[in-house]
Amino acid sequence: MHEKPKIAFYWCASCGGCEEAVIDLAEEILDVVAAADIVFWPVALDFKRHDVERMPRASILATFLNGAIRTSEQEEMAKLLREKSTYLIAFGSCSHIGGVPGLANFFTRQSILQQVYLDAPTTENPNHVLPETNGRDGNRALSLPNFSEQVRSLDQVVDVDYYLPGCPPLPKIITAAASALLNGQLPEKGSVLAPDQALCTECSRKDSKPDKIAIKQFRRPQEVVIDETQCLLAQGLLCLGPATRAGCEAPCIQGNMPCTGCCGAPGRVRDQGAKALSAIASLIDSRDEAEIDQILATIPDPAGTFYRYSLPASLLHARRGV
Amino acid sequence: MPDATFPSETASQPSAQKARRITIDPVTRLEGHGKIEVFLDDAGEVDRAYFQVPELRGFEKFVQGRPVEDMPQITSRICGVCPMAHHMAATKALDAVYHVVVPETARKIRELAYSTFMVEDHSLHFYYLGGPDFIVGPDAPAAQRNILGVIQAVGLEKAKQVISMRRRLRELLALVAGKAIHPVFGLPGGVAKRFTREMQSRFQEVAEDAVVFATSTLRLLDDVVLGRRDYLDLITSPSYTHRTFYMGLVDANNQVNFYDGQIRLVTPQGKEWKKFAAAEYASVIAEHVEPWSYAKFCFLKPLGWKGFTDGDDTSIYSVAPLARLNAADGMATPLAQQEYQRYFTVLGKPVHHTLANHWARLIEMLYAAERMRELAADDQLLDPDYRVLPTATPTEGVGVVEAPRGTLIHHYQTDERGLVQKANLIVATQNNAARMAMSVEKAAKGLIHRGEVPEGVLNKIEMAFRAYDPCDACATHAQPGAMPLILTVRNRKGQSVASLTLGADGHIVKILR
Repeated sequence: MHEKPKIAFYWCASCGGCEEAVIDLAEEILDVVAAADIVFWPVALDFKRHDVERMPRASILATFLNGAIRTSEQEEMAKLLREKSTYLIAFGSCSHIGGVPGLANFFTRQSILQQVYLDAPTTENPNHVLPETNGRDGNRALSLPNFSEQVRSLDQVVDVDYYLPGCPPLPKIITAAASALLNGQLPEKGSVLAPDQALCTECSRKDSKPDKIAIKQFRRPQEVVIDETQCLLAQGLLCLGPATRAGCEAPCIQGNMPCTGCCGAPGRVRDQGAKALSAIASLIDSRDEAEIDQILATIPDPAGTFYRYSLPASLLHARRGV
Repeated sequence: MPDATFPSETASQPSAQKARRITIDPVTRLEGHGKIEVFLDDAGEVDRAYFQVPELRGFEKFVQGRPVEDMPQITSRICGVCPMAHHMAATKALDAVYHVVVPETARKIRELAYSTFMVEDHSLHFYYLGGPDFIVGPDAPAAQRNILGVIQAVGLEKAKQVISMRRRLRELLALVAGKAIHPVFGLPGGVAKRFTREMQSRFQEVAEDAVVFATSTLRLLDDVVLGRRDYLDLITSPSYTHRTFYMGLVDANNQVNFYDGQIRLVTPQGKEWKKFAAAEYASVIAEHVEPWSYAKFCFLKPLGWKGFTDGDDTSIYSVAPLARLNAADGMATPLAQQEYQRYFTVLGKPVHHTLANHWARLIEMLYAAERMRELAADDQLLDPDYRVLPTATPTEGVGVVEAPRGTLIHHYQTDERGLVQKANLIVATQNNAARMAMSVEKAAKGLIHRGEVPEGVLNKIEMAFRAYDPCDACATHAQPGAMPLILTVRNRKGQSVASLTLGADGHIVKILR
């Protein structure tokens, strides 16, 4: 009997939403099980790391790895699964470009530890105890993995074949990738497996998008009653649709809230934040420098907004000493 | 009860005093990661066992400087399994930050969405995560102890019902909140989107089915668990029993509520000890730091940290389904109330048996389904006051909900522009961290003797904390990443001689060191 292809799922620094996205394939998960053997998936199946270590090199057709990389253990697992897999696919924003937890790169490791274990208002820590990589309790040695300086995207650690964008990737994107994989119809290595165009092209409100958007003031969602049919940018809301890759079918906008850019930039943009900033800046309705500054000041947190998901993968990587 | 297979070809019989190292890598069917260290004394008995959380992400730090209205979407990334819980706690904190009274329509839309979420999340745990231990059996081979094994055990038709129920519930979440995973609808003063008649009819239809589904799931529990003496003995065995305080949100009648109310604490004897508004949380809850874990351990501040001890002199409390039912006087819907009474008739009140969480969770699922049905029938959902625009200057606020895994508190302070200056989060699983650490130690002490690690111990220790439905992704919100659980047993000198792990076929494989 012909042996079924093997696939694996794994998580690193993540929230579990990517695992839920797979479970959300619902009935279609039964089709996946019929077409392939899932050989490793810690959230749902009791196979262990040892099982992976015993597998021959490249014996897994594809591993879908979600989450960013922050600890040595995550790096080891990424390398192990790279070796055992023909294709390694970065699954979801964190693995693809760093994700929301990548915002931690705005801060030093030390300031994070200080906040969590010393400054938090409910923490009672009179002896200023911090978690230790080589800690003890009495005479018992108790180690912890090192909390490294930075969050990294998967391709900053190992070679990645393809990327599935989104926080989390939508079922349609996942099933399309699975079918391309199983039918041997994968595109060029390094591709992002989603349409290479801006989200606006598939937005349900695209017909209401004016040819030329002219913004005098950006508005925060709590400041306005948001019209449910009109282009959000035309209403002055900071929607990142023009600078974000399509493929998700704009569920946030169907929820009447702006796109925050989780699918990354379209094309081979090196820096999503810079791309988003230039796309948004081009909509500003002024040529007067002082007025432009005034309009930009209505965006309260440009760095955290334009790099919401992509700080680790950006040219900035991290900003230190904040 | 019989233990798991322990093939003789891979495991030699352990001799007394032999130190051993057992690896469960990673601990499976929970969200996130953990690590256990077991130390033996000279006689080979368990001296101490530690439940360690080996990761940190630092949310409380990196949200500083972010616009506070983004907090519902940023903090939902703490956990993609219970994103609605973080999203809602954050949204309620925003109401307080902006000093805005939420209109009744908005409150009902939020609670309807929240009840829908509770039904689907509890069903996820029962059928996909914790349930396989009972439905398939704690001693079944690893390859079957999962949702696929559940499908085999309950039949494809029932399994398809489960999958389709969850899919429909999550479609409703996307309809009302934009996305089921990482919702977008929460705003200070209400929700982003109007509720329509068409949405209402879809919610009503699914809610009817959800009540039937929850009821039939309780009957399944009767058949596969409660009808079996050996399972009941396992649930009530000392290895899985702890006497602690219990905490949960209650409404004005002291009945369980997931969306709002006061936080009630009962003693290990089951008497009310404190009832307080979320904004006062910092006078009741404190967090203890140990050098050997990235997760902090919550305890009752007025009593002080007394270490990992239960019983009358404890300052440790527990949250999640078992605790919520203990902390309340009843359920606010009729079918769930019947089940609540039956549960306490069988087990007594308060219930201290950790594994009873599975039963309590299904009673809550029925309540959530009934509540969903009540709310979906309410035409006030359709009124135009689904939000009010805040006008006050943002300052500080606390929001609370009952997440599936327990009481969840978000606390923010902002500048006058509404940029976050400080954030403090008391996350569901973190409330349980101390009790979970004790559960793991107790299970290890009950199961490991004379340096021998008996068959089946691996999954049974995992069961000790899987019952909490622990979300280490949540507990490590303070942290950067995820890591598998490792169970190590060491002798007094800290040496380990052998390593055990589960093979894909469910056999325990021993690796000599």
